[in-house]
Amino acid sequence: MILRNRRNEYITAAVLMAPFIIIYGLLFLYPTVKMVQLSFTDAPLIGDGNFVGFDNFVRLWKDRLFASSIWNTLYFVVLSVFPSTVLALFIAMGVNRLKGWVQSIVLACFFLPYILPVSVVYNIWGWILDKDFGVAQYVIAPLTGGQHINVFRTLPLFMPAAAFLTVWWLIGFNMLLFIAGLRNISTEIYEAASLDGAGRWTQFSQITWPLIWPVTVLVLTIQLILQLKIFDQVYLFSRGGRVDATATMVQYIYKQAFTANHGGLAAAASLVLFLVIVIFSVLQFQILRVRGADR
Amino acid sequence: MTVASNTASSDVVSARRYRRVKTLDIVGRIATIVTVIAAIFWAFPLYWGIITSLKPEPDVVKAGFEIWPEHFTFDAYTYALFGTNIGIWYINSLITSLATTVIVVLMAAGAGYAISQLEFPGRRILWWMILACFMVPIQALIVNHFILFSQFHLINTLTAVVGPQLLAPVTVIIYKQFFDSVPKELREASVVDGASHFQTLFRIYLPMNWGITTALAIITFIGAWNNFLWPFLAVTEENKMNITVGITQVFDAFGVKYARTLATAILAGLPVAVLYLIFQRRVTQAIMLSAGIKG
Repeated sequence: MILRNRRNEYITAAVLMAPFIIIYGLLFLYPTVKMVQLSFTDAPLIGDGNFVGFDNFVRLWKDRLFASSIWNTLYFVVLSVFPSTVLALFIAMGVNRLKGWVQSIVLACFFLPYILPVSVVYNIWGWILDKDFGVAQYVIAPLTGGQHINVFRTLPLFMPAAAFLTVWWLIGFNMLLFIAGLRNISTEIYEAASLDGAGRWTQFSQITWPLIWPVTVLVLTIQLILQLKIFDQVYLFSRGGRVDATATMVQYIYKQAFTANHGGLAAAASLVLFLVIVIFSVLQFQILRVRGADR
Repeated sequence: MTVASNTASSDVVSARRYRRVKTLDIVGRIATIVTVIAAIFWAFPLYWGIITSLKPEPDVVKAGFEIWPEHFTFDAYTYALFGTNIGIWYINSLITSLATTVIVVLMAAGAGYAISQLEFPGRRILWWMILACFMVPIQALIVNHFILFSQFHLINTLTAVVGPQLLAPVTVIIYKQFFDSVPKELREASVVDGASHFQTLFRIYLPMNWGITTALAIITFIGAWNNFLWPFLAVTEENKMNITVGITQVFDAFGVKYARTLATAILAGLPVAVLYLIFQRRVTQAIMLSAGIKG
């Protein structure tokens, strides 16, 4: 009896796990192994190549475009991750104070952009920042003495602008996590503090900040991992401009693989990105585990 | 005398506290006003995009800042719907997003149930594989996904678009966590009643976690609809494109028409925006769950 149940259980498990195992084997394990293999060859995108040892990695090391793509990625990360985290905390505190339908509407205003596809964000901001007719030029013109600026064709403005609209786009996610964190802090702590005469700043620095810190770390790592993989916005806005000057790591991979037809080199660059992100993900996993153990 | 002075001093204290409450209120009100202004600023780009799409093309490029259009027209929408490929792109997006959602949810529920409830060899290894996949950036695999799908001659098919999007380890992790918390007695009772594991899964575990299934399905659909990078790489034929790719890749031969561009963008974002507005609570829940916060 027990034996039959065991067998039954194995068969059920096999059937339930089969689709998962097939899909993950084919689309995750196999491509990962292949990527490592490919990174040591001089193969084009489609077709075979010869084993070249660490040549691709040496080439990456010497390639100024790869270096600048790392630099651009990090620059974008700094410009987007920190503002979107800090701003989201303040917005969450503001939204948390509101009540009823006002809160719902304000929340939706901040959150709605997050739900939209990048193409919509691209078209809307492309129109707002348009050189000839964009409404943002009314803000830009007084600053430049009446001159219109093509923001995404002005190199020093490119990354800050891309980061700015990314913050606009994705802040809803961070805000949600912060609101959840703020609601976990019991109001009794604040009441007790205000009875003791603690002012607003004291309450923030002594209660809110220490208790929200774990959420802040979580938001920072999630955003960091997400923005290291930046491609969509930067690619879309740089089209037709000086693409190489603003290219990020995923764009570099894209270019080597699909434009230059250097499959091996692209795989090597992918492997570098892969390892960088895995390191940060392990960090994030540890944070989640620690948070889990707290409860 | 002592009593009187005591009363007096407590009066002073309460007066001071009263004043503090009043000043607090002013700070609070400023915070509220700032939040509401920020919310208006956040919503403005969407508002501006929508009203521009409703203006006649000559009014769009008219000088001056017009917060409410003088003339309304659906011309841009009629053009987008009947003059472009948007209909095909919509259907492509719908098919690929629905297929992704159904497969991901079924596969994740099955795998989650097996890992949570069944004993079988390799269970731990599979669980670690899921956690590993959670940490791996899918973007790093684009090159090898492309090679894989071109080996199967699937580039420029909807199958290729769906493929890599089926990697959704977070969904499995969430299902496992929720199935873990279903009381064991329920399963034992159902096994005693002679139900198979499949019946137990579909009649007890899934219905009990119906809310989670809805939440995960909605967020998976939104994610698939919004996905850009992979659909952009996998498809270059205009009539196989997703809407998010199509509206950024295909341009009007007659130069820039702002209202039309924005109308197509708004049509592209509409389904996910409507989904969010209807299922706000579920969307929020799913997002927090995938970030590792129980919502």
